[in-house]
Amino acid sequence: MHIPSPNDSSVELYTDDLSIGYVQRPQPLVVQEHLHLELRKGEMVCLIGPNGCGKSTLLHTLAGLQKTLSGNVILHQRDLYAYSMQEKATLLSLTLTDRVEVDKMSVFELVSMGRYPYTNRFGKLSSIDTSAIEEAISQVHLTEKSKWSLDTLSDGERQRAMIAKVLAQATPVLLFDEPTAHLDLVNRVSTLLLLKTVAKECHVAVLLSTHELEMAMQLADRLWLMSNDEIAVGTTEELIAQGGFQRVFHSDLFAFDSQTRRFVIHKDKLPH
Amino acid sequence: MSRNTFLFICLSLLCVVLTVSDIVFGSVDIPLKSFGEVLLHPNGHGLYADIVMQFRLPKAITAILTGAALSVAGLLMQTFFRNPLAGPDVLGVTSGASMGVALYVMAASWWSAAWVESRWGLILSAVAGALIVLFLILSVASRMKQSVTLLIVGLMFSGIVGAVVSILQNLSNPDAVKLFIVWTFGSLSAVTWYQLQILVPLIVLGLFVSLALQKQFNAMLLGEHYAQGLGVSVRSTRLAMIAITGILAGATTAFTGPIAFIGVAVPHLARALFQTSNHRIITPGTLLCGVALLLTCDIISQQTTYPLPLNAISALFGAPLIIWIVLKQRIQ
Repeated sequence: MHIPSPNDSSVELYTDDLSIGYVQRPQPLVVQEHLHLELRKGEMVCLIGPNGCGKSTLLHTLAGLQKTLSGNVILHQRDLYAYSMQEKATLLSLTLTDRVEVDKMSVFELVSMGRYPYTNRFGKLSSIDTSAIEEAISQVHLTEKSKWSLDTLSDGERQRAMIAKVLAQATPVLLFDEPTAHLDLVNRVSTLLLLKTVAKECHVAVLLSTHELEMAMQLADRLWLMSNDEIAVGTTEELIAQGGFQRVFHSDLFAFDSQTRRFVIHKDKLPH
Repeated sequence: MSRNTFLFICLSLLCVVLTVSDIVFGSVDIPLKSFGEVLLHPNGHGLYADIVMQFRLPKAITAILTGAALSVAGLLMQTFFRNPLAGPDVLGVTSGASMGVALYVMAASWWSAAWVESRWGLILSAVAGALIVLFLILSVASRMKQSVTLLIVGLMFSGIVGAVVSILQNLSNPDAVKLFIVWTFGSLSAVTWYQLQILVPLIVLGLFVSLALQKQFNAMLLGEHYAQGLGVSVRSTRLAMIAITGILAGATTAFTGPIAFIGVAVPHLARALFQTSNHRIITPGTLLCGVALLLTCDIISQQTTYPLPLNAISALFGAPLIIWIVLKQRIQ
């Protein structure tokens, strides 16, 4: 693993010998250790791995919601914990899995919260804020529904509204914890495509965790393939060549076919 | 003019009209002309002047303060717990304040009567009782997701508090018990000018801070992780919300006795009226609706020769509203 040089300006965030997990007695529960990861401008990275390997823990740690066990997270050449809450909110955002349940809140009102790090103490919106909000809403194709209440939207539209919120926040690093959960096929594809477009057009670093392995292989610029004890980093081709998918998603029930890049269920496991 | 501006103007006018009606209509009706004279010469004497200055005006001011304080306290609790059923009385916060008052009144009976008369002692014990229950609820609320469960825990807290109060009553002397029981009936008319001198600044301060923290409260609607991600300090916002709720609900309860259902019901009325959860609009909206509603309850209660208990009237519309909210949640 190479450690990015500080003057490599395309690196937005990197970790230096990071250990993640939970502080508990008598000794901490280590989920992953010795992590050297990096996120670059204009790239979409997909974090994949089986349930319980620590994807959410990693995302929470990178977002500063959870303390590191050891090592550092470096955001824009500074330690993540050296930032004030307000500063951090202008550089990094995390969108969580759980649905936001708010009665009577419009798409515009939700997206306008993305401007909170930039507004005064009463949250008064300037004309710059308003145009950033409208721009973000149009990027996720919700302009016609901007006055609609969130509880009248479909799950896919609601997810897009959450994405618009972080677009309005205009952070160079965007983290998403399972943005495709609870969505149907069309919305899963369109959400991932939208995030890829965002990474390219806004020139930002996007990291998302997902269980959509086959879509991630097709769309991600880089994959973080997480098993219970390590994270393998590489493009889809590199990871296939290393046999990463076969190793991490090992099962008696199916096998990974590296030709078609698909997981195929063993014929003899099918009921007759 | 936007719909919200129009609503705000209407509500403000309604509050003014209701305040005047609250002073003018009652077991003795006061002609508007005499009321005007009393306002011009507040130190004058006469039947009408005495009724207005000694009785109706302090009661109307108390109604305004209580309506605003309990409703905004309810709104803060609903935002805090992200639960539409939260409210100072539903979750036992007013019961906590009652326990503070009970302890204070009955414990003081063992020492000296001068203590009971002290306005600060009453208010501090009520606020302390309210805050204790708030922290207890907070410690259990983080462990459960379902809003109805929180409601049951709130009921249990009220039950425990009720039991403690009965035990206290058994141990206390009859005078103190009578003093306490009169207090529990809940009445706006028991509040004197002397008590208003500290109630007014406390409530105005609490309301002012709630209006000033609208941005933080909005962020809390999304949950603590998102609030943090938007650069809002969740810890200090939560502390501020608890402190304000304790002061608003505790201080009013200290002087008026427990008044049920206003806190939980009014924020829903305001949300239905203004069609938003944005605190920039909903906090002042809830405040005005609360004032209007409590004044209405008070006007109704004073139409009979012997004033009806305020709690009976607020429960008549508040309880069905809670049932409606629970049913609506079930359907979703």
